[in-house]
Amino acid sequence: MDAFLSALLLQAGYNTALVTIGAALLGASAGAIGTFVLLRKRSLVSDAISHATLPGLALAFIIMALLTGDGRWIAGLMIGAGASAGLGLVLVEWIGRRTRLTEDAAIGSVLAVFFGFGIVLLTVIQSLETGRQAGISSYLVGSTAGMLRSEAETIAIAALISGAAIFALRRPLTLVCFDQEYASVRGINVRATDLAMMGLLLVITVIGLKVAGLVLIVALTIIPPAAARFWTDRPEPMVIIAAALGAVAAYLGAVISSLDRGLPTGALIVLVAFALFLVSLLLSPRRGLLASALKRLSFQREVHERQGLMALARGEPIYDTFTLRVLKRKGFIRADGVATLAGRGAAAGVMLDEARWSLYQKLFPDDAANAAHHGVTPIAEALPADIVAELDRHLTVQKAPS
Amino acid sequence: MSSEFVQLSLAPMLIGTLASVTCALVGNFLVLRRQSLIGDAVAHVALPGIVVAFLITGTVAAGPMLIGAAASAVVAALLIELIRKVGRIEPGAAMGVVFTTLFAAGVLLLERSDTSKVHLDVEHALYGNLESLIWLAGDGWGSLIDPAALAELPPQLPRLALVLLVVAGFITIFWKELVIGTFDAAFAESIGARPTITSYALIVMVAVAAVAAFDAVGSIIVIAMFICPPAAARLMTDRMGPQIAWSVVFAVLSAVLGYVLAGYGPLWLGARSSVSAAGMIATVSGIILFLCCLFGPRRRGVKVAANRI
Repeated sequence: MDAFLSALLLQAGYNTALVTIGAALLGASAGAIGTFVLLRKRSLVSDAISHATLPGLALAFIIMALLTGDGRWIAGLMIGAGASAGLGLVLVEWIGRRTRLTEDAAIGSVLAVFFGFGIVLLTVIQSLETGRQAGISSYLVGSTAGMLRSEAETIAIAALISGAAIFALRRPLTLVCFDQEYASVRGINVRATDLAMMGLLLVITVIGLKVAGLVLIVALTIIPPAAARFWTDRPEPMVIIAAALGAVAAYLGAVISSLDRGLPTGALIVLVAFALFLVSLLLSPRRGLLASALKRLSFQREVHERQGLMALARGEPIYDTFTLRVLKRKGFIRADGVATLAGRGAAAGVMLDEARWSLYQKLFPDDAANAAHHGVTPIAEALPADIVAELDRHLTVQKAPS
Repeated sequence: MSSEFVQLSLAPMLIGTLASVTCALVGNFLVLRRQSLIGDAVAHVALPGIVVAFLITGTVAAGPMLIGAAASAVVAALLIELIRKVGRIEPGAAMGVVFTTLFAAGVLLLERSDTSKVHLDVEHALYGNLESLIWLAGDGWGSLIDPAALAELPPQLPRLALVLLVVAGFITIFWKELVIGTFDAAFAESIGARPTITSYALIVMVAVAAVAAFDAVGSIIVIAMFICPPAAARLMTDRMGPQIAWSVVFAVLSAVLGYVLAGYGPLWLGARSSVSAAGMIATVSGIILFLCCLFGPRRRGVKVAANRI
């Protein structure tokens, strides 16, 4: 626990602190760009990008190993990874534009083929006798253990720069996500913006390879935005929430992973992100499972109360135990089922309300079809006061002769 | 040379071919239904299932592994449905959330548990070990009619042959329903062909094919074969029957050519050791798809809209 606290508070050494901060910056940038990609409905493109980094990574490693004897220089690996991911991205676009194959087939084939070729190159690396091949396998599932200070600094600075680029481009990105035509009328180059979005996604994927691993980095660009979607319907807050969730997930994941050996960073970051996603799914006040369950319960109670009161007004017996319980709790009936004074008053009120509703449906059938009634809403809450007054006037006129 | 070929290369080559053909057969429908990435998701979520099965039984026997992988595929399918419905997120993102999480859980379990004594690690799950499935008893072509030697074949071979038969049988029997449901689900519904049931059955077949192939050859071939041969076949013809035939041809070609290139190619180039056969098979299937994108007679044309579960 002490180790966890000290790592959490960045007291576990300069390197660990640097790695954790770098991971958090990366998580924030990935969450932010992921939001735009999610809104553009192209989340799985990042899956193709991340898998397509492998051949470039391996080729860069081989070339550097042959030239210098050590293939682990992180900037060189990043350039290689970025180049082959860029090629993969171009191929996805090309297949989608040039042939009749759909984008999912293009993504899937690029992902599988690039990864397959990357594995071929990995076996080539294993047969090279440099003796320093260990560095490359950490890119598969991510590892911050034994990360050099220069590597951590590179990651942190690159994540910061790409985060700043996303901030600078936030307006055109948002516009293009929601309304391409309006965006182009406003003078935004849609194609260039799309390109910038995918380019930033690519850059962040490449930066994150070392931390999260190439199989799992895609999660950092999908899960936090998907979780943020539960909390808001507006794009700017969604970007901020996604970035915050991504930062927290990456930070906590990196901290936990620094505690012991068999704790792969990438897997932990993804699992923390998923935990945040689950919390959002359950507790979000807008569309979480808990909120909608509560809403359903209160609606059920309203229906039972109204039906019970109508039964009271008509003098019909009530058998349903839930209805009885609801009425009893409100003080509308006594324990033996007889209506109290308050209950009789409320019952009369409900009957008047129902009479108003049915008159409204008779007089204005079209408007009534649009009004949300469901048999529970009091009419004064659903309709303007003047219409209610008008209905009441009709009711008294109807009643007068009889 | 020939006895060495039978002993070392025949079984892996056959297993690779069977796995490729099985995946390509169901892949045809996935590609047309715009569900290509389901194969990707299934291949990723098999990992935690396999690890949990190992932790429970303590062995790497095929039975528990297959059950574990199938169970986690079902869990993943349910989770995706739930997240899609509750969160109102697009299906692609819901899939991304679920399969990355399950894969991460698998990686963590694998790292935390003591699997050092058995051959079970992330790399193995990703690209299998096709080369190790050798047939020691088969010391010549004569062994093919020798029952004692045939009994020594790697168990993956008969298992994959069985799965291929099941998948081929499923497609033959439900051919009409599958095709109608793929191209016009509303019409299929109206004539009582039950497109929902057939599409769920198709997903089950995908899981069966993926899990059986996964055990033998790793997830990368599975993903490549679900998509590349059918996609390439789609660019060759406009008719469903010929498309399936083309995809089988491409799958066999990728498997055989890929295996040969991986096993012997580096030796021809003067290197001393071979490269990953699984990776090479995926690479060859990608090259075939690329050539079809460039020269396939039906590479342009109307994109078929068939997006439904």
